[in-house]
Amino acid sequence: MESLINNLLEFFFILTGFLLMYTAGSVFMDKTHPTRLGTTLFWLFLGVIFAIGNFIPYYLSGIMLLVIGVLTLFKQVKLGHVRPIEDDEAEEASKRIGNWIFVPVVVLAAVAVGIAQFTPLGGQVGIGIGAAVSLMTGVLITRATPKTVMDDSDRMIQQVGTTGILPQLLAALGVIFTAAGVGEVIAGGISTVLPEGNRFLGVVAYCLGMVIFTMIMGNAFAAFTVITAGIGIPFVIAQGGDPVIAGALAMTVGFCGTLLTPMAANFNALPAALLEMKNESGVIKEQTPLALILIVVHIALMYFWAF
Amino acid sequence: MILLEIIKLIGIVIIVVGFIFKFDTIAVVLIAALATALVSGISFPEFLSLLGEAFVSNRLVTLFLLTLPMIGISERFGLRQQAVRLIERIKGLTPGRMLSLYMVIRELAGLFSIRMQGHTQFIRPLIEPMTQASAEAKYGEIDEKDVERIKARSAATENFGNFFAQNTFIAASGVLLITGTMESLGHEISAVAVAQASIPVALIVLIFVAASNVLFDRKMKNKYGKKTTVPTQKGGE
Repeated sequence: MESLINNLLEFFFILTGFLLMYTAGSVFMDKTHPTRLGTTLFWLFLGVIFAIGNFIPYYLSGIMLLVIGVLTLFKQVKLGHVRPIEDDEAEEASKRIGNWIFVPVVVLAAVAVGIAQFTPLGGQVGIGIGAAVSLMTGVLITRATPKTVMDDSDRMIQQVGTTGILPQLLAALGVIFTAAGVGEVIAGGISTVLPEGNRFLGVVAYCLGMVIFTMIMGNAFAAFTVITAGIGIPFVIAQGGDPVIAGALAMTVGFCGTLLTPMAANFNALPAALLEMKNESGVIKEQTPLALILIVVHIALMYFWAF
Repeated sequence: MILLEIIKLIGIVIIVVGFIFKFDTIAVVLIAALATALVSGISFPEFLSLLGEAFVSNRLVTLFLLTLPMIGISERFGLRQQAVRLIERIKGLTPGRMLSLYMVIRELAGLFSIRMQGHTQFIRPLIEPMTQASAEAKYGEIDEKDVERIKARSAATENFGNFFAQNTFIAASGVLLITGTMESLGHEISAVAVAQASIPVALIVLIFVAASNVLFDRKMKNKYGKKTTVPTQKGGE
């Protein structure tokens, strides 16, 4: 089963690689593109890493990533000409197709969730199969030509743009932080300045430690182990705090950090790109007031409920 | 010794500075990774391999790209237009109520451990267009600033519903991490108890989000309310 899952996933990664390389090709053919070669190279390298990253030495992918970084640093990756959606065309099509247009979207969700729930294949394979089945459903319903499908794939990928790979890149950064032992340094630092024997300060330090460390790592799970070992156990639980309640609250207060940080790109920058928002940090801005209120709520809950 | 340890945090400094000054994010992340590796005794060739391996083994994170062609053609063939038509038929639906409804559904999905990538599966194709449509059906044309806010609130609702309800399921990865960590630190606890202790926060967040949606509706009504009353007044006279 394990190998079946891995083979299926590898297949989906190769497909994704082809979509990215198609975008590279379409940018290359666009003679009017302002940064034609740089943008072509960006999508081509990304496509190659996706398609054959597991079959070539890892350092080659590392080199390609550094080139990608140089390209984006010098603003060589830009949105080129993509086939726009014509409003009257869409209006006309929607009159013809009616509510059937919702079917592919529902199929994606249903297949993805169904496979995750009822088969041992897991959620990720579910998304891959869901994407394929829903695309086929969509083509049947809309009668879109292959050219239109590829045009729209290219349009969506270019619109999501460089932000789309940010979550994956940050995940890779997390791996390097872990390899370097960054977490231990932070937890050690906090525990040396905190006075022992004060429950309230302990609760505040545990909660804020989770928030701040989650904001740095972009991931509350990564923060939880480090901060619980470094702060939660000695300053909250060793003073009589209930490990069940303190642990549950520490995790969700960490999620408040996720709401506040550009490091959690898959939750904040990615939807901004998917929704084509003007302001890349618009989602974080919207979440900030409630996230701050929730941090206070968590501190109060942990102080009064865990002891 | 301590100074040697603290220099490992250079990557964090680079990230923070980079985000504050809005330097190119991809380049900032790569530089932070390189700097952290080099000060921690990882050589440049080792770094290239480590970076490549870490990126390749995290391709799962970007698997959502595969769903984009379907969403693309659905939009070309009138997904948004049809969503608008559907919403217009439902009387009394406001942007705030639409998002509160999604919040309830999203929290229930968490409780029943239905894992989903809400932003790609629901928000972009369905929830955000419907929310925008409900605003347009009620208030007519809305300005660009409010379109942007509706987008932000749609994405935020997904995050609130996803984050704060997921641990109410006993086999959620967060719950397992909590019990696993506590156990390895010498405190035996049960997953059921952790899931139960996660319920109050899920309810509190639901109440806050719903209240914030009520306020948002009120603000929209104050701003655009006139537009809908003008034609009715005309009709009345």
